[in-house]
Amino acid sequence: MTPAATTFHAPHQIVHRRTTGEPPWVRRLLIGVALIFLSLFLFIPLIFVFTAAFSKGVGLYFQTFRDPNAWSAIRLTFIAAIIAVPLNCVFGVAAAWLIAKFDFRGKNILLTLIDLPFSVSPVIAGLIYVLVFGAQGWLGHYRDADQPWFPWLQNWLNEENFKIIFAVPGIILATIFVTFPFVARELIPLMQAQGRNEEEAARVLGASGWQTFWRVTLPNIKWGLLYGVILCNARAMGEFGAVAVVSGRIRGQTNTIPLHIEALYDDYNFAGAFAMASLLAFLALVTLGIKTWVEYQQARQNSDVEKISL
Amino acid sequence: MATQKIWPKKIRVLPGFRLTLGFTLFYLGLIVLIPLAAVFWKTSELTWAQFWHTATMPTALASYRVTFGASFCAALVNVVFGLIVAWVLVRYEFFGKKIVDALVDLPFALPTAVAGITLAALYSEHGWIGQLLAPLGIKVANTSLGIFIALTFIGLPFIVRTVQPILEDLDSELEEAASSLGANRWQVFSRVILPMLTPALLTGFALAFARALGEYGSVIFIAGNIPMKTQITPVVIMQELDMFDYAKATAIAVVMLVISFVLLLTINVLQWWSNRYNTHNLA
Repeated sequence: MTPAATTFHAPHQIVHRRTTGEPPWVRRLLIGVALIFLSLFLFIPLIFVFTAAFSKGVGLYFQTFRDPNAWSAIRLTFIAAIIAVPLNCVFGVAAAWLIAKFDFRGKNILLTLIDLPFSVSPVIAGLIYVLVFGAQGWLGHYRDADQPWFPWLQNWLNEENFKIIFAVPGIILATIFVTFPFVARELIPLMQAQGRNEEEAARVLGASGWQTFWRVTLPNIKWGLLYGVILCNARAMGEFGAVAVVSGRIRGQTNTIPLHIEALYDDYNFAGAFAMASLLAFLALVTLGIKTWVEYQQARQNSDVEKISL
Repeated sequence: MATQKIWPKKIRVLPGFRLTLGFTLFYLGLIVLIPLAAVFWKTSELTWAQFWHTATMPTALASYRVTFGASFCAALVNVVFGLIVAWVLVRYEFFGKKIVDALVDLPFALPTAVAGITLAALYSEHGWIGQLLAPLGIKVANTSLGIFIALTFIGLPFIVRTVQPILEDLDSELEEAASSLGANRWQVFSRVILPMLTPALLTGFALAFARALGEYGSVIFIAGNIPMKTQITPVVIMQELDMFDYAKATAIAVVMLVISFVLLLTINVLQWWSNRYNTHNLA
C-alpha cells in the first residue's frame, strides 16, 4: 500500500507521526544496533580501564604512583606537553589569522601542508627525527664533520654531548610534530566563518593590529581555541608511537606515561598498567566533557549574535 | 563579496600578513617539511634496485597485505555502523543520547596505548569479551581479527563526525516530496537520502582508512606481531629501527608515506566534491 493510499484511508494516523518517519520497530532496531556497536567498542572498554585499574584494590592502585619511575614518566609527559602545546597554539593562531583574513596564492597548498602530520604514521614521525638528529643522521654527520660550518657550535655540541634522540628534546620534538595541526584545524574553519568585517571595522575606527586581535578576534574565537588547546594537550600527553621511536625507552629517564604503561604491561603488571592508563583515560573523559561544554557555549554565543542582528 | 570589489586588490586593511606568513612557513618548514625531506634524502642513498629489494621483501609484503586488508575491512564496517550511529543520533530521541554523542569522540581523545592494552585484555582468552567468543571457536587476540577490532575502534568517529553534520542539514522537504510522490520509506532512504550522503561517507571512509594504515599503539598489544602473519607495516619499520637498520626502515617508510600522501590528496578532492555537492543542493 502506498503512503498516499494510507493518507486517504486513515488520515488520523498521519496527524500523530511525521510523514517521513520510520515505523517504531525500525527505530528501536536501529537504536539497538547503534548502542550494541558503541557498547562493544566504546562503553565496555572505558568501563574496563577503571575496573582493571582497581582490580587489585585501592592500595595497589596508589602503590603504582609511588614508584619513582612512574613519577619520572608523569613529569616528562608534563614537560613535553607544556612546551609542545603553547608552541602549537601560537602557530595555530598565526596560521588561522593568515588563512582566514588574507587572500593569497597557494592557500590550498598551505592548508594541505598543515594537515600533513595527520596523515603520517606516528612511527614514521619518530623516524624522520631520528634521520635528522640521530647519530647516523644530519646532526651526527655534522658532529663528525672535518670542516664544519660553525666550528664553535660543533665544539659545544661535542663537549656538552648534547643529545636529541634517546633524550628529552627528541620526545618534545616528536610530540610537537604529532600535535602540530590540532589548534590550527580547530581555528581555521571558525575564523573563516566569522569573516573579516569586525576586524576591519575595528581598524577603521583606529584600533592597532594587536588591539584588534586581543579585543575583537580573541573573544570571538576563545571557545574554539580552548577546545583546540585541550585536544592538542590530550594528544600530546597520550602520544605513543612517535615518542617510542625517539625516546629509547630508558626507564626513569626517557619514559613518558604511555611508554611506562607499555613497560608495566610487558612486565605482566596489568593492574599497574591499567592504573597508569586510568590517568590518561580520565584525561580523555575530561577532554570530551570540555568539548561538550565548549559546543554548548558556542551555540549560545551564536544565538546571542542572532538576537543582536535581529 | 562587496568589500572585495570596493577595495583595490593590493591594499590590505588588516595587519600581520607578513608576520603570520613568515612565522607559519618558518614553523611548518622547521617542524614538518625539513624533517620529512630527510626521509627522501636518506632513501636517495640507496640505488633503485636496493630500494625495490627492501620495499618488497617478504616480511614487508606480508605486512602491507595485513595492514591494507584490516584497514579496508575496518573502514567498511565503520561506514555501515557509523551511518547507523549518526542516523540514530540525528533523527531519534533516546535516554542518554547526549552522553552517547559526546563519547563517540573517545577514540580521538583516548591515547592509543590505553586503547591497545584495553582491547588486548578484553579480547584475550580470559577477557570479558574473549571468553564469550572462545567457545564459538573465534580467536581475536594475536590474529588479524584483533588488528581489525583495534582499527575499527580507531576509525569509528571519522564516519560519524563527517556524516552527522550533513544529515542534520538535510532538507526534509525532499524526503516529504519523495514520499508524497509514492515512495516508501526504504525507497526514500536509498534513492534520496543515501545519494546525498555518499560524498560524506566516502570522505569518512578515506579518513578512517588513512588513519588505520599508520596506526601503531592500539594495534601492537592485540596483534601479537607474529612475522608474516599479524605484523603491520609500522611494526616492521619499528623492528628495523630497533636493529639500527635505518636504510631498510626508511625504504618501507617511503612506501607508506607516498600512499598516505595519495590518500590525503584523494580526501581533499572528496571534501571539495562533498562541499560543492551540498552547496549545489542548497541552491
